Amino acid sequence: MAVLTRLAGDIGAAEEAVQEAFTVAAERWPRDGIPPGPAGWIITTARNKLIDRERREATRRGRHAEALLLHAPADAPEEGPVPDDRLRLIFTCCHPALAEPARIALTLRLLGGLTTGEIARAFLVSEATVAQRVVRAKGKIRDARIPYRVPSDADLPERLGSVLAVVHLIFNEGYLAGCGEPVRDELCAEAIRLGRLLAELMPDEPEVLGLLALMLLIHSRRAARVTPEGRLVLLADQDRALWDRDLIAEGQDLVRRCLRRDRPGPYQIQAAINAVHSDPPTDWRQVVRLYDLQMTLAPTPVVALHRAVAVAETDGPAVALALVDALALDGHHLFHAVRADLLRRLGRTADAAPAYEAALTRTENRAEQDLLRRRLTQVRPPE
Amino acid sequence: MKHYLIALYQPQGPAPEPEALQTIMDELGVLRRELESSGSWVFGDGLHDPSTATVLRPSEGRVLMTDGPFAEGKEHLGGFVILRAPDLDAALEWGRRYALATTLPVEVRPFATEGGR
Repeated sequence: MAVLTRLAGDIGAAEEAVQEAFTVAAERWPRDGIPPGPAGWIITTARNKLIDRERREATRRGRHAEALLLHAPADAPEEGPVPDDRLRLIFTCCHPALAEPARIALTLRLLGGLTTGEIARAFLVSEATVAQRVVRAKGKIRDARIPYRVPSDADLPERLGSVLAVVHLIFNEGYLAGCGEPVRDELCAEAIRLGRLLAELMPDEPEVLGLLALMLLIHSRRAARVTPEGRLVLLADQDRALWDRDLIAEGQDLVRRCLRRDRPGPYQIQAAINAVHSDPPTDWRQVVRLYDLQMTLAPTPVVALHRAVAVAETDGPAVALALVDALALDGHHLFHAVRADLLRRLGRTADAAPAYEAALTRTENRAEQDLLRRRLTQVRPPE
Repeated sequence: MKHYLIALYQPQGPAPEPEALQTIMDELGVLRRELESSGSWVFGDGLHDPSTATVLRPSEGRVLMTDGPFAEGKEHLGGFVILRAPDLDAALEWGRRYALATTLPVEVRPFATEGGR
């Protein structure tokens, strides 16, 4: 898709050409056998279809589209630092001029290979909504001429941030779904696949490696995190035999590679924190130090909340509660869940119960609700 | 090359103080000269207040005329620039500079047909 989009300069035309190529393949391959390089065969056939199509249109409109198609893209100098079609496509799909849901849908559709129906199910919206987002985004790319290239070095940090945010959002939606199912594995797998692709294409960007490491380390605990009945298991209570050792080794290795570059960023630090958790017993002082670093880079109330959780382990729940109470995060279910746990540990069960209830009303995730309800019955046994 | 509209939206109310306005006008002058020397400038100007606008509406083969702007709002189109740019990123960069120079929100929008020469 990426190669053809560059040739066609238009995502819609490229998609149609690929469709046509598969149609030809469906007719020919059963008869003539599968060619030695099936992917290359599809690209070549689709490219020929594109040229046919451009010829037809060129004749009809009396334009020189064919000449443009054959000459311009192949000889055009690479404008960005990394000359790869897939990378260009990622940057186009994640362009900040597109709305976030459109970026996510477009990335999953064109780079993840998910169908419109699969994206709709994953995000619990209608298929028509996803289709409309994709069509609208493609229309804007074409009409406003959103460029199909890797941004220049000057723009790269900001634009790369937009790409990483899209991949991270896809992963988070899979890992901690906003509602319904506790984990949607297909989204996690797709995000990791995109993360690997980015790491392969941009191996010198530490935040790219950091995001991949973060996703691998979190995903390594997948089997231990949710019981077969769909119950959420907290890190401290997990059966470590279920952790995926290969993913942990790969994630920790990536974290070490990042550290050597000494250009820390939010994803790398989150990955480092998860790497510490992957070596039990957790070195909580190290975790607090990493959150301190995170606070200097991205001082948000949510980071402060997570830091307080670590402080509870090093300095006790009373110190942590004072930190939590100073945060303005009333709408955030984790804020109430953390407060409730700290109050419970301090023996203030009468205060903990309403905090658990506040957390319960602020999450739609069934597994989280279930965990919070279990805690609530600990502090206020049902009559 | 493609043509883009950079629309500047300004709030209702009095114009900025003379010194502030002068700074804005100076920066707009710099931007315009840069656009002209790079061959990107097509047209641009500020508009009179919305109270000077007249609206014409077709109705059953006739045209009705009313005083005032098409839509009343807290913000209105205060002026615009039409420029040539190779792609949206280039147009957005000019738009960014207009937003900073005028301290106003701007809308960058592509024209429907190719720009030509």
